[in-house]
Amino acid sequence: MTSKGVQQPGNGDQKLPPGLALLEKLEGNKLVPNIMHFGRVLRAAGLPVGPGKILDAVSATQAVGIESRRDFYWSLHAVFVNRRDQHEIFDQAFHIFWRDPHLLERMLGLVMPFMGDEEEAPPPEPPSRRVAEAMSSGDEPEKPEEEKDPEIDVEATLTASANELLQKMDFEDMSAEELAKAKALISRMRLPIQDIPIRRFKRSNHPAKVDMRGTLRAALRSGAAVIPLQYRTRKTRTPPLVILCDISGSMGRYTRMVLHFMHAITNDRDRVHTFLFGTRLTNVTRHLRQKDIDIALDSCIDAVEDWSGGTRIGECLRDFNQFWSRRVLGQGAMMILISDGLDRDAGRGLSKEMERLHKSCRRLIWLNPLLRFEGFEPKSQGIKAILPHVDEFRQVHNLESLTQLVEALNRQMVRRQEEMTQWREAM
Amino acid sequence: MTEKLPGSIDETVNHLTSGKYVADRSLATALYLALKLGRPLFLEGEAGVGKTEIAKVLSETLGRRLIRLQCYEGLDVASAVYEWNYSRQMIDIRIAEAAGQQDRQAIEKSIFSEEFLIKRPLLQALEADPSGEPPVLLIDELDRTDEPFEAFLLEVLSDFQVTIPEIGTITAEKPPIVIITSNRTREIHDAIKRRCFYYWVDYPDAKRELDILSVKCPEAPEEMSQQIVAFVQRLRERDLFKLPGVAETIDWTNALLQLDRIDLDPQTVNDTLGTLLKYQDDIEKIKGSEAANILEQVKADIASR
Repeated sequence: MTSKGVQQPGNGDQKLPPGLALLEKLEGNKLVPNIMHFGRVLRAAGLPVGPGKILDAVSATQAVGIESRRDFYWSLHAVFVNRRDQHEIFDQAFHIFWRDPHLLERMLGLVMPFMGDEEEAPPPEPPSRRVAEAMSSGDEPEKPEEEKDPEIDVEATLTASANELLQKMDFEDMSAEELAKAKALISRMRLPIQDIPIRRFKRSNHPAKVDMRGTLRAALRSGAAVIPLQYRTRKTRTPPLVILCDISGSMGRYTRMVLHFMHAITNDRDRVHTFLFGTRLTNVTRHLRQKDIDIALDSCIDAVEDWSGGTRIGECLRDFNQFWSRRVLGQGAMMILISDGLDRDAGRGLSKEMERLHKSCRRLIWLNPLLRFEGFEPKSQGIKAILPHVDEFRQVHNLESLTQLVEALNRQMVRRQEEMTQWREAM
Repeated sequence: MTEKLPGSIDETVNHLTSGKYVADRSLATALYLALKLGRPLFLEGEAGVGKTEIAKVLSETLGRRLIRLQCYEGLDVASAVYEWNYSRQMIDIRIAEAAGQQDRQAIEKSIFSEEFLIKRPLLQALEADPSGEPPVLLIDELDRTDEPFEAFLLEVLSDFQVTIPEIGTITAEKPPIVIITSNRTREIHDAIKRRCFYYWVDYPDAKRELDILSVKCPEAPEEMSQQIVAFVQRLRERDLFKLPGVAETIDWTNALLQLDRIDLDPQTVNDTLGTLLKYQDDIEKIKGSEAANILEQVKADIASR
């Protein structure tokens, strides 16, 4: 670790890297260690700051100089900030750190207890709540995923609000036997969404397009007397998949099963994004990527704060359209919406948002647990608003229906469209 | 007429200004660092805030060649880096054959030489200009391409070299000035960002947008420019699917100039809304009374100043 030399600034026999040594000469003994400490603070706050970045920051400072605080700010910003959402944390940390180094030291004592031995650290007073929270989340090095993706930390702190129904979902009441069976079945499920051809090519034995490069190489191999044609064909790839799942009270009985299903899919392929919504939207992609389902579900429960509350489908879809659709629905994504369509706002504004959603993805599949009831008719306001804008309408209430879903997606496109027309006529 | 690289942040600002780019000092800082330390500059931001423009202005004011790589899904090595000139190679093989040349290795060596190489943007960018200075490489909308290409870029961006199996590794003598832009339709991997200086290009505030207009559309009357900027700034506070960028502001101003308007009125705004807003939903939301409301507020604000 680069920062070793800085923990004890008085320790003369430790050699600094060449870039640092240079600045050391220029700026006396303080600035470089401070930049290093600052980098460590940011790292603790969840920004991906490694030793390389700290060196970069030093050379950036060297290039810009420290005459102007503003320029100094933006040079460090250019190095340490990697994403727009990191700006806020950087900003707060910068202002606290470079105004009052004492405060900083105390905060460092918070983050790095092993440093506290050398200095008498008075009890730290919490600075700005955000930074303090971000920092305290950093002192558990055994959780590497926090360093990899600071986004989740930030979101959790951003979305806290007291006046919504905060309930923890109860995962306990599924019998062990039931759970094991469901787990085993679901974990074997695969979604046979058709691969789509992409613009890359691979070798092929079937005469299609001629692979000129391969052909020439083959020709030379045989002494250029004959030119054996080599072929290539388009590669295919699974499209990105985005799952939006309703976790409101009315969906309560199905949520757990559906989460297992989502977990299985997330770990089966790349480019899967998962969102949960009730009264607000939560991105749980990172959490569900955990291989172990129990860890994944636990961290999902922690991340989501509106389990089993009401539903504001329109509102949540609006958030999704506004903030996420352009980021995750690129490259021809498939979309699965899991919801019963029962909306607290009685479908207000829902139709518009559904239309926007439908237009931004390749295919939109709606899974609805209510569909299992005999004589289900799409009469509720929410359902009426959603139905015209989906490409598929399927049930999802038990394991069997999940299996059927897999089969249905495998079926011919034409037959699926016929089924959809029936639903629209029933409205 | 190659210019020297700017030697300080102030010079960078001046450089951009001379190229008719009104830049924030923060952006100039990031750009200066990228130039000074020879690293790519990674610009992220909404569409139409002037990310691509920076590369163009740089190449113009520095007198360097601009090499643009427009990214798209499935972009591959053949169209981004190099391709062999197959037809020429074929002919060469045939000629060698007709001449009775038997040495296979000699043929292979001759047809896989640089002479038969068609250079695409990334390879071109590794070559210096005739003046000896490296070009400006613009990798536009990196988010449109896919992860495999991103991974390939890593080698190019960190060492400024490209490996061609038949020839070997080609390294740039002087690294090019690299500007990467992204509209954030997906997250670019950290490995790429780590090698760059990052800057989020935001919508400008009213003052800077007015400066931009006065540079880009000098013939627009001052009063109308103020109205336009105030109107657009207010639009950006609305809940719209796609907020208008600076490019849209400039387009709108030009449209109004073409229509010989010197003052905004509700009818004109309604008629020209399509240059500002690009989604039907957004247009519907604003058109008519909403636009008139905003306009009224704008005019009241300007009058009370």
